[in-house]
Amino acid sequence: MREWQSWPRFRYEAELDLRFPEEVASMPGGRALFACIQCGTCSGTCPLATYMDYSPRKIIAMTRAGFKEEVLHSFTIWLCASCYACAVECPRKIKITDFMAELKQRAIQEGVDPKRFPVAVLAREFFEAVRKRGRSTESLLVLRLYAKTNPVQILSQALLGWRLLRKGRFSLRAESVKNRQQIEQLLRAVDAAKATAFIDKLAREVRREVAYR
Amino acid sequence: MKYLYYPGCSLKGTNRAYEESVLASFHALNIELEELEDWNCCGATAYMAVDEMKSFALAARNLALAERQGQDGSPTLIAPCSGCYLVLSKTQHYMEEYSEVSRTIDGALQAARLSYARTVHVRHPLDILVNEIGIPQISSKVQRPLRGLKVACYYGCQIVRPYAAFDDQVNPKTMDHLMRALGAETVDWPLKTRCCGGSLMGTLPDVGVPLSYILLKEALKRGAHVVATACPLCQFNLECYQDKMSRQFQERVEIPVVYFTQLLGLALGVPERQLGMHRLLVPFTLARGGARLHA
Repeated sequence: MREWQSWPRFRYEAELDLRFPEEVASMPGGRALFACIQCGTCSGTCPLATYMDYSPRKIIAMTRAGFKEEVLHSFTIWLCASCYACAVECPRKIKITDFMAELKQRAIQEGVDPKRFPVAVLAREFFEAVRKRGRSTESLLVLRLYAKTNPVQILSQALLGWRLLRKGRFSLRAESVKNRQQIEQLLRAVDAAKATAFIDKLAREVRREVAYR
Repeated sequence: MKYLYYPGCSLKGTNRAYEESVLASFHALNIELEELEDWNCCGATAYMAVDEMKSFALAARNLALAERQGQDGSPTLIAPCSGCYLVLSKTQHYMEEYSEVSRTIDGALQAARLSYARTVHVRHPLDILVNEIGIPQISSKVQRPLRGLKVACYYGCQIVRPYAAFDDQVNPKTMDHLMRALGAETVDWPLKTRCCGGSLMGTLPDVGVPLSYILLKEALKRGAHVVATACPLCQFNLECYQDKMSRQFQERVEIPVVYFTQLLGLALGVPERQLGMHRLLVPFTLARGGARLHA
């Protein structure tokens, strides 16, 4: 057992979040989730399944049953390396890799991604770097990652850093696009579109509720 | 012939040998690659974990720039990095399949005074070499055949999954064909598309190191002299952590890991320095006459 692995907790039905499966299924192609036959092919093909707290098959079952808290707090979603082995083998054509990415996004939105857990930290740092400069600089990204998770690693990896430096593979110069303004406009427009979509959805729900009453 | 070329962040940083060898070997085949102007990061896998729509928007900016820069009606954009190749192709697939993605991205591009008319073809260099230039044409240009060299061809995940655009998904063969055309032998290696661990090598080495170790161990067992890769992250993981693997598994793991374009360049007679061979941590050189030599 790894330090991050734990056993699933017993839950009463009243504790489950039954809106969660519907929310997750709203991702592009997400309805396929309900077609899962729990065959376990995904868990069998996943090269990382042995390290996960819940196997991919279980994550799908738990999502459909409304185990929102367990799913979003799980390490499974962060261990997915996006190799797409499960997605191409799935007999029901569920985009499992994209489903894992969707769960990562939800965990970050809700602020429940494991703190100081390197995978989540790297995702956030990478996101910020590209948002600001339009490009990522591997060396700086890795240094940031170590500083925020385990600074001792900077020392233990110093030898590799030195060897890369000698080969001209390590540079601390921050890469950037010229037209940074354009990147900002682009990303801000996506935020705006999302906000509009969210308000639309809310309005639709209110209308439906009113009609029901 | 001339193509547009999208390097991506990795080929400008830790893995510049990939860029050097792609450019030099394509040049030796009389193909010019013109770098996409002011390209931005494709978003890679990490962006999808934070905001998928923004990752599509970032990729779409590159596609829009390619459309503007390519003079002919449907420009081809070559993406050597598997990560970039996948994200760019995935964005195209999603824009085609899901109207909501398409609408949002078009709106975002418009806000940034760009537009994309869906004419760009995103292709991997392996695809261009095998399906455009063709194996016979390449083998006719070989100057230093890689005779006696046993290569384990490693495709990694993202050039064949989830979209197998130019090769078989389960047992891809394009690189094997290419290597045999260069005079090398290819070893039968069933792990050619198994995950190397990707970015987990940096974030959770406890998990990443065994994944890469399995690949190298099997390649060594099958008598490979060198592993040829088509992805900067795979190359980095497989090469730079070999001493860590040796320590963790208490056996000597040492095998050169090169880009397939470096072997291509060597066979075409391109000088080693132009192919970035001096940047390898585990050195690999071809002695004259084609005999294998690695320290």
